[in-house]
Amino acid sequence: MSDQTQGTRFVDKLGKVYGIYTLGFLGFFALMAIVEQLGASAQLIGILFLLFTIAIYATIGWLSRTMQVDAYYVAGREVPSFYNGMATAADWMSGASFVALAGGIYFGGYPYLGFVIGWTGGYVLVNALMAPYLRKFGCYTVPDFIGTRYGGNLARFCAVLVLVVASFTYVTAQINATGTIAARALAIPFEVGVWFGLLGILLCSMLGGMRGVTWTQVAQYIVLIIAYLVPVIWMSNAQGFGIIPHFTYGDAALRIAELEAEYGLVAAAEAVAGLKVLTTAHFDPQGGLDSWKFVTLALAMMAGTASLPHILMRYFTTPSVRQARKSVGWSLFFIFLLYFTAPALATLTKLQLLDPNLATAVVGKAIDDVSNLEWIRNWTEVGMLSVVDQNGDGIVQLNEFFMRPDIVVLATPEIAGLPYVISGLVAAGGMAAAMSTADGLLLAIANALSHDLYYKIIDPKADTRRRLVVARVLLVGIGALAALIASLQLTGILGAVAWAFCFAGSGLFFPLVLGIWWKRANRPGAIAGMIAGFAAGTIYLIHVYNGGDQLWSIDHLRFSIIGMPVSLVAMIVVSLVTEAPDAEMQAMVDETRIPTGKTILTET
Amino acid sequence: MSQDNRRLHWAKTSRLTYWVLAIWFLFGYVFPFFAKDLDGGSFLGFPLGYYMIVQGSLIVFVLLIVGHNFLQDRIDDECGLSDE
Repeated sequence: MSDQTQGTRFVDKLGKVYGIYTLGFLGFFALMAIVEQLGASAQLIGILFLLFTIAIYATIGWLSRTMQVDAYYVAGREVPSFYNGMATAADWMSGASFVALAGGIYFGGYPYLGFVIGWTGGYVLVNALMAPYLRKFGCYTVPDFIGTRYGGNLARFCAVLVLVVASFTYVTAQINATGTIAARALAIPFEVGVWFGLLGILLCSMLGGMRGVTWTQVAQYIVLIIAYLVPVIWMSNAQGFGIIPHFTYGDAALRIAELEAEYGLVAAAEAVAGLKVLTTAHFDPQGGLDSWKFVTLALAMMAGTASLPHILMRYFTTPSVRQARKSVGWSLFFIFLLYFTAPALATLTKLQLLDPNLATAVVGKAIDDVSNLEWIRNWTEVGMLSVVDQNGDGIVQLNEFFMRPDIVVLATPEIAGLPYVISGLVAAGGMAAAMSTADGLLLAIANALSHDLYYKIIDPKADTRRRLVVARVLLVGIGALAALIASLQLTGILGAVAWAFCFAGSGLFFPLVLGIWWKRANRPGAIAGMIAGFAAGTIYLIHVYNGGDQLWSIDHLRFSIIGMPVSLVAMIVVSLVTEAPDAEMQAMVDETRIPTGKTILTET
Repeated sequence: MSQDNRRLHWAKTSRLTYWVLAIWFLFGYVFPFFAKDLDGGSFLGFPLGYYMIVQGSLIVFVLLIVGHNFLQDRIDDECGLSDE
């Protein structure tokens, strides 16, 4: 597929290729199950899972190598909507979604579920306001749209700046996650694991650009969704919660509420650093401030979803506007499969630990028995779990069971007594989730720098070869910088992810939406919107993060609730007091709004 | 492709988009905001407010996009402005 004719043939037989691939992966899973029965160690199975899947991604990356601008930036605009949906879902679901979401729901209750609504509802905005129009525009990158719609290098530069800050915040968290998984599975130090993860990521993206990333992301989606669903469904069947637990765990949720009332949700007598006891009710919305926190979080995440460039650029790769829209539907469907499973997983795992009628229960049991359980010992050894009889009654209380939220997904198979091969599968899934998101983000950053900053602003005369070499050098350089920062472990995973959404929402949401939906929006307005929104959001983040007073209970996870209104007002006011865009630009907007006809930007 | 045709296409497209956003707002914000009150009801054995947040709204979002695209395709075809 390294040239055009072969590329076209590859697109024609996608169903066959990925069908065989999926069967192959399931076959590998079965093989590993047999190997485990033959007595192989959990360590060996984990290593094989990781190396096997990464080798496949690297092969796809190598086969997708290209020296064509169109293939490198937008995968030749030949990705069918179904596959683009899968690629977007992998691009979207990060290591945090895979590993931390269910744990967040387990510990966070109602307020945390704002992430679930926000990270799905955002796609309605993507579809209604952005994707079809950006596809019609025919841009290579998101700043490409801003730069052409509003005109001028300053507007383009501001968009590049917001993109880089938002995506870079996000990518360090992903490389951190690949490092964590690689370190645990391969038994290497975290600092080495980070570089190993980066190597895997670059193998997917460096030679093939967007084309390589697209076809590896499809493969990674298949691995990650199997790795998420199989353990939950297996656990549910093993523990008698139903064949498909998703539609029947209402009783489990009600039972948890009963048990919580019985045990009482009280803080631990003595805290254990880095670990948590359950203090938030599974689902007990208080209304008022609680509801306010929920909807502000959902809004910040939705606006961020609709402005994050690594997501928007996926819709540049479809053959038509109609296919772009359709692929947003597929994207959300594939994302939905994981997001409606996470609450089921959190609920059933919690019930297994809390309900004394179940064999798996921990709370309410004798401390000596619990401390001897194998999975409790394993996780206690690595400092991610702790059971301490703080009141000295010999019984484990709800506030004496300490756990790191991240381990809920990873520990569930062990709690339910499933074989180790499941844990290997989960590790491969987590790696796929983190790698695919890191790939999309790195490519978004490197493409914006190489296309918008280098080609459009610095050296418009550069030839194709030079542009693609610059793009790759930047990709490696940025990846190395992100890995370096990740290896210093400066940020927690979730904080950084929510921040990326807030940076993108503050700086890019209104300039993108109004660029399509408001013809009167002009260059000074867009520049004011980007700078004011981004600056207001960032200043508020720094203020709150350093312990400053919160305005309307808005914390650092949702700072775009401050940034976005500032951006909107600045953009409207400055647009209205300056000259309206000229006729040519208004005609461009009209042209963007209809699906037919040539794209605004043609191949360069 | 007349100017009138384009104007009609955009008028219909915008109207459809506003409806979609209204439904999105209802399921993304109004129902979750009043989850406490909805919890009095029950669906499939779940408290209703809880069900909407962990499943109901998500299903609505998926169907909303599919429905939106179906109607948008029709508008494009009617106005002769489809790109396929």
